Amino acid sequence: MSHVAKWEEIEITKDLTIPKLFLRSTKKYWDKKVAMREKEFGIWIPITWKEYYENVKRIALGMTSLGLERGDKVAMIGDNRPGALWAEMAAMCVGSVGVWLFQDSLIDEVQYIIDHSDAKLMVGEGQEEVDKCLMIKDRCPKLQKMVWDDPKGMRGYDDPILISLKEVMKIGEEVDKKEPGLFEDMILKGKGDDICLLFYTSGTSALPKGALLTHYNMLTMGQNLMRVDPYVETDDFVSYLPFAWIGEQMMSISCGIQAGFTLNFPEEPETAQENIREVGPHVMFAPPRVYEQMVRNVQVKYLDASWSKRKAYEFAMKIGYHVADLKFSKKLIPWYWKALNYLAYIGVHKKLKDHLGLSRIRDTYTGGAAMGPDHFRFFHAIGVNLKQIYGQTEIAGISVLHRDDDIKFDTVGKPIPETEVKITPEGEIISKSPSVFQGYHKMPEETTKTLRDGWLHSGDTGFIDTEGHLVVFDRTKDVMTLNDGTKFAPQYLETRLKFSPYIKDVWAIGDNKPYVTSVICIDYGVVGKWAEDRNIAYTSYPELSQMPEVYELVKKEIVKMNKDLPPVAKIKKFVNLYKEFDADDDELTRTRKLRRAFVEDRYKDIVNGLYSNTNNVHMDTTITYEDGRVVHIKTDLRVMEVPQ
Amino acid sequence: MALKNEVQLKVQEIYMAFGGVQALMDVSFEVKKGEIFSIIGPNGAGKTVLLNCINGLYHPQRGQIYFEGKEITRLKPYQRAKMGISRTFQKIELFKGTTVLDNIRLGRHIHLKTGLISGSIYFGKTAREEIEHRDFIEREIIDLLEIEHIRDKIVGMLPYGLQKRVELARALALNPKIILLDEPLAGLNLEEVEDMARFILDINEEERWQATCVLVEHDMGVVMDISHRVMALNFGEKIAEGTPPEVQKNPNVIKAYLGEAEELYVTRR
Repeated sequence: MSHVAKWEEIEITKDLTIPKLFLRSTKKYWDKKVAMREKEFGIWIPITWKEYYENVKRIALGMTSLGLERGDKVAMIGDNRPGALWAEMAAMCVGSVGVWLFQDSLIDEVQYIIDHSDAKLMVGEGQEEVDKCLMIKDRCPKLQKMVWDDPKGMRGYDDPILISLKEVMKIGEEVDKKEPGLFEDMILKGKGDDICLLFYTSGTSALPKGALLTHYNMLTMGQNLMRVDPYVETDDFVSYLPFAWIGEQMMSISCGIQAGFTLNFPEEPETAQENIREVGPHVMFAPPRVYEQMVRNVQVKYLDASWSKRKAYEFAMKIGYHVADLKFSKKLIPWYWKALNYLAYIGVHKKLKDHLGLSRIRDTYTGGAAMGPDHFRFFHAIGVNLKQIYGQTEIAGISVLHRDDDIKFDTVGKPIPETEVKITPEGEIISKSPSVFQGYHKMPEETTKTLRDGWLHSGDTGFIDTEGHLVVFDRTKDVMTLNDGTKFAPQYLETRLKFSPYIKDVWAIGDNKPYVTSVICIDYGVVGKWAEDRNIAYTSYPELSQMPEVYELVKKEIVKMNKDLPPVAKIKKFVNLYKEFDADDDELTRTRKLRRAFVEDRYKDIVNGLYSNTNNVHMDTTITYEDGRVVHIKTDLRVMEVPQ
Repeated sequence: MALKNEVQLKVQEIYMAFGGVQALMDVSFEVKKGEIFSIIGPNGAGKTVLLNCINGLYHPQRGQIYFEGKEITRLKPYQRAKMGISRTFQKIELFKGTTVLDNIRLGRHIHLKTGLISGSIYFGKTAREEIEHRDFIEREIIDLLEIEHIRDKIVGMLPYGLQKRVELARALALNPKIILLDEPLAGLNLEEVEDMARFILDINEEERWQATCVLVEHDMGVVMDISHRVMALNFGEKIAEGTPPEVQKNPNVIKAYLGEAEELYVTRR
């Protein structure tokens, strides 16, 4: 690999902080290199390191004038945009701690995190975030100011807690004129062991816990990742996943600042896929749902394509899958397969990659949740170097990773440098590295439970295979005991089924039950299109999901998957849910992991129905919209048996 | 926005009949600058005919229309457009086979100064002019109406709610002083209605636009929420005019809506 030579490893000492590195990079690149781009008004607008530096300086000094001090918390909420990153960097430069919230958080979540983190300052994007702030400010007395960025719709607001980012920057500029050098002084005061981020994890069971991470944690994690896969300053990266997800921090902050690559911000969340294609990033890290969506897009387009195109795709994919499987089993690929694969690449794979925005991709990762083997094989079949990442927020994001020439789709790879991973006698995955966090904010009991003798206890069950790869089975508390006593990971069934384009979410049930069942959320778009093509009339998701034809369709997909499973793990009955699982209803975490304990309680009628002799379940429940409206729902759901 | 007391549009005793059907019977009213002025009435009351008379698609048989002091009763629609009168249609009237951007650009046509020949060479002044217009469209319209993601999509392929938004976008491309909105909320779902109401307020209140809005709408919740003044028509006759609470209480209006009386009082909140 030619790019290896260009990556220079920096020395990470206990004195080094992210802002110090930021200062170093700005001096190095100044106006000669683009630090980030944002698409605005239809045009990609470049921002050089010089502008990056000046904006961060203004915001940081402005924030200190608002009363922000070292160690204070700054909460941030909003879509990915340069202003958001400047604010985070500015907060770190002041020596305060960044706290990120998911942009779609409901009021209660916002209030909990703002209050629990003792945030003094809140930085939000626009009107929506301002509304959230105004609704909670009376219940969060420690919050002093809210900074907003986008003036759209803000004309009628005059609450004294509000101040625009522009205003803050103006104040900062005046401070800089009065006290030049103050900004650099603030940065130099920082130490590697200072806390830089307070990261609330999306607990699948309990209240969110705030993990405290230091500059040293973040920087060592980035460096150890880049020791495996070096990134270079000419790389492009698209920042579009929530900053409140550790994976995005890991790329945009810890790796970005060390490698100096260019960050690209999409115009709107809705245009992200299109914008990714325009940029053609070299590096990408996303949770499985992003890749699942890509596969679904391809599958749907395939179903819609002409006969000749479908045949060409089938043929090219057959070749791709064969070659990928040879690669996985580390067998030599014969020259004729290579030749065939080249033709398939020219004819189909190359165009697919381009449409998915992956034409220039060198390293792409999935992490944060389990991904099914079928999805994984798909990307390797079209020649995308997709790798698994395993880690937790508590270890600054990543501890285990696939190596380029050693990819097995049922494992998550090997530990990155300076990282030890072990399995406890109970089967729990534990790890130790310089990136292990400092504890949970204001939760000493939780901290001692998770952090014992420097070892981070993950709560995941797994094992290390003969080649030293870590295999993650599932969350320990989620592992099912089947009828015959075997342990089984529900997420395996779920990710397998999700390969069907018609199925968006699955919840597999079977722990200490006579047989395995599942609750299915159909994909509204794809199944809707399927129904329209067959002249099946429907008006809404609940209605569509209960159509007999749709039940047959889902049944066929389950039968297909059942074939590869041991008899005891085969799905025997299923129900189509009348809605999709949603984080607003607490059914998923903000990173879209299923909260099993919660759904088990909420849908206990369905579970009872699946394990009794009925073919109808009556549901009486509510749905919450993002603005807090609650709608009452009464419906009957069919229970369908799957022929074995 | 602070209302100025300046009359921008004055309609004076206009009368319009189609054969034996009297669509408008000597209707008079004034719209002040910066106002959201709503016209309500049961189906067939003559609301759309009235908008068609104002923007010049129909010519009334009697009566006068004044815009900013000038009489426009006999002017052609494009002449009125040039003066800053723009409109949207109840039934979407877009070019379905072209992109969203092209549809909006078309609304900008009236401001293009270059001719056919220089336009086909696309050089110097022409190129500059075109870039300026594109800049206007991107900054002021696409951003405002949040249609970045469909900019290059073919209009006919879009869902109805978005087509309605494109219709509004094209009307804005004219850079209007007054905008006539013919049932902009019809057929939209709850979320789309709220978005559209927000856009209408933006167009009316943002310093950049400050456009007067004449709104024909059946959604009483929104009409009563956002209008400064409301006029009610029934069978071509004006039966009431005033602030939303005044019109709501007017016995003639309640009578006209008899059977629909409750609906009049339903607001969305």
